[in-house]
Amino acid sequence: MKQLVKTHEFYVGLILLAFSLVVGIINPSFFSIGNLFGLLKSNVVTGIFALGVLLVLISGGIDISFPAVAVVSMYMTGQLFESIGYAGPVILAFLIAIVIGMLLGTINAAIISTFRLPTLIVTLGTLSAYQGFVLTFVDTRIINRLTEPMVNYSRMEILRTTMDSGQTTGLHVSIFVYLVLALLTAAILRYTTIGRGVYALGGDRQATERAGFSIRKIEFFIYIYVGFLAGIAGILHSAHVRNANPFDLVGSELNVIAATVLGGATIGGGRGTVVGTLLGVMLITVMNNSLILLGIPSYWQRLTTGLILLVAVAVPQINHMRRARR
Amino acid sequence: MTFIEAQHIHKRFAGVYALKDVSLEIEPGEIRCLAGENGSGKSTLIKVIAGVYRADEGRLVIDGTPHEHLTPIDAIRAGVQVIYQDFSLFPNLTVAENLATNTRLEQRKRLVDWAAMRRIAQTALERIKVDIPLEVTVGELSVADKQLVAISRALLHDAKLVIMDEPTTALTQHEVQNLFSVITDLKAEGIATLFVSHKLREVLDISEKLTILRNGQKVAEGGTDTFDEATITYHMTGREVSDERFQYARTDQTPLLRVSDLRRAGLFDSVSFDVHPGEIIGITGLLGSGRTELALSLFGVLPADSGTIEIDGAAVRIDSIQAAIDAGISYVPEDRLTEGLFLEQTISRNIFVSILDRIKTKLRFVDFDAARATVDRWIEELNIATPSPEIPARALSGGNQQRVVLARWLATGAKVLVLNGPTVGVDVGSKEEIHKRLRLLAASGVGVVIMSDDIPELVQNCNRVFVMHKGSFVRELGSELDDAALVAQFADLK
Repeated sequence: MKQLVKTHEFYVGLILLAFSLVVGIINPSFFSIGNLFGLLKSNVVTGIFALGVLLVLISGGIDISFPAVAVVSMYMTGQLFESIGYAGPVILAFLIAIVIGMLLGTINAAIISTFRLPTLIVTLGTLSAYQGFVLTFVDTRIINRLTEPMVNYSRMEILRTTMDSGQTTGLHVSIFVYLVLALLTAAILRYTTIGRGVYALGGDRQATERAGFSIRKIEFFIYIYVGFLAGIAGILHSAHVRNANPFDLVGSELNVIAATVLGGATIGGGRGTVVGTLLGVMLITVMNNSLILLGIPSYWQRLTTGLILLVAVAVPQINHMRRARR
Repeated sequence: MTFIEAQHIHKRFAGVYALKDVSLEIEPGEIRCLAGENGSGKSTLIKVIAGVYRADEGRLVIDGTPHEHLTPIDAIRAGVQVIYQDFSLFPNLTVAENLATNTRLEQRKRLVDWAAMRRIAQTALERIKVDIPLEVTVGELSVADKQLVAISRALLHDAKLVIMDEPTTALTQHEVQNLFSVITDLKAEGIATLFVSHKLREVLDISEKLTILRNGQKVAEGGTDTFDEATITYHMTGREVSDERFQYARTDQTPLLRVSDLRRAGLFDSVSFDVHPGEIIGITGLLGSGRTELALSLFGVLPADSGTIEIDGAAVRIDSIQAAIDAGISYVPEDRLTEGLFLEQTISRNIFVSILDRIKTKLRFVDFDAARATVDRWIEELNIATPSPEIPARALSGGNQQRVVLARWLATGAKVLVLNGPTVGVDVGSKEEIHKRLRLLAASGVGVVIMSDDIPELVQNCNRVFVMHKGSFVRELGSELDDAALVAQFADLK
């Protein structure tokens, strides 16, 4: 119990709970089934991105190219399906997007690992290049009519209920995709050698090499895994908004990184957990969502996200400095 | 059978020889010492044996197997374990994971079995009979505990040769004795130890056989009993080191620097001393004695809580680095690479940065002619070996880099120069050059304060040495200053 109280996750959970209670008291519709299901669903895309960012942050890097990876995977898959009038199982959309995502992740990894460049700069470059590639060579048109399998997927909900207002609501299956990916990521980080290698790399690069890890392998794993997640997130996003827009998603990096850092991953590397990340994502989503419920203009979202990020990175640093003074 | 045979190893970095035709053979169970000055090639040789560097030429045979392309993991599998000076631990992981990771990797495990990790870690710690909690993250441990973790980790892997790089640097005398008994135990099990050190006493105490490197070449090898301190020094430095002592004729001038009852909570307390013009005083003490903090305090980085500092008889308030420079105090930090130099900037800029506000033109731009004149003067006076002042400081050797830092502060015309470990990591030639320069400075009326734990350096260059312990001066050695007296002082500091 004492151990639990000391953890970062505990505090994030506490803040999340307190915040939800306050919002719920001001506006009771916060606790309606419809809103809660909606909240969970809007967690999904940010959350899946955040799982990837978590790995990168733990390893001591930073990746901002994942929204572009998602856009490329989603849009190219959408284009392909549209042109052939695809009508088979939706799983193929995910598979194609995953392959494209992993390919782009491989490019990131190859550049980072071969030239030993700062990850921020490399992914800043590829962010722009990947999106630019699609806009230049594929198309700039928004696909508004998704193919049949995608539309069907976008309607897949369980626990459908009819609310007092007469609208129906349900728990979207994407949430289970998110949970499975979270479990997978947690298992990789905790129970695989390469997962521990990610922590080791963030702790001390030279020691990692000397211990016999292959840093190149770890880096390729990380960025390919980010691509894998981004591909899935891209398709899910497309299904949720029922279009495929090549201008979409890019710009959401800050939100995702903020959520991950809020969840306890440190920019310096070596630290971070899946549970923390899930809570951080939930907290950011609840804050953004409830500002609307409370009638606060949406511009405030950007301001609050920025402030939350600053507080989240400042608090551990203040603690660190306090310890150093002693 | 010989365990390791390194034959005619050559290694070059950017065309410069780090190792030239060095051979080394170690028998099972042997305790060998590899000695040499900083920059003599000791570390490079270790890294070649450990598979971190690949030799440009030469042959490496471990346990009868020749290795063409030895990788770190191959070396570990062959039974070679290196305990690096920085321990190579993961500060963010637990003791258990730190201990078990190498073993798990060596076994090519793809999955993590936490219970097995704990068992491995437990065994490792029991072997050297220490008790460190397994679930604590290593970052929270003391230096001595970190070293114990590193050693017990090395012993896990059926090691047949344990290489220890400067293992005693941060240890107390007692901990050193512990370490030696561990090494002796290993010998009984047939495990060889290659002990890398530049501390002569330890070399003679522990090793059976001694190999001495100088400038990348093997200059001497043989049973330790055939060497004494003088011959070791001779081989390490390549010459009889002059033992001409610094002479100071006391005059009754006002002290340049007078420090009275200086205190900073938790770091040092009631520190008082004078420095007269032309004096070189030394301040020494064990790691953590507070000497570095005292130096930083004199330079305004960690301003004192109470006490006074007088320059030329007038009290000054040193609450910032700028205040210290204005008062005429300059500081040459211990770690010149991280604290002292702008590595990517030119030598020239590294020197004139300290006097920027004095070399302004009327329009308040930098007067580059004046800067150039200052830079040229100091490059010449300090004998800085560089093709041009406009190349990055990174390109220079350690000794020349140290001289650049020195030049920067000499250019300010400082009255008092505080140097922290002035010759750490500097080759012998530069070391003498720096000592000569400090004496000349003192002769010109500057007050010099050297913080160092290099006993011969203090004895040769200082007219007085203060011994610091737990934040206070515990002893002052003046006329009775010699090697034996200082060694005795250190032995008392427990």
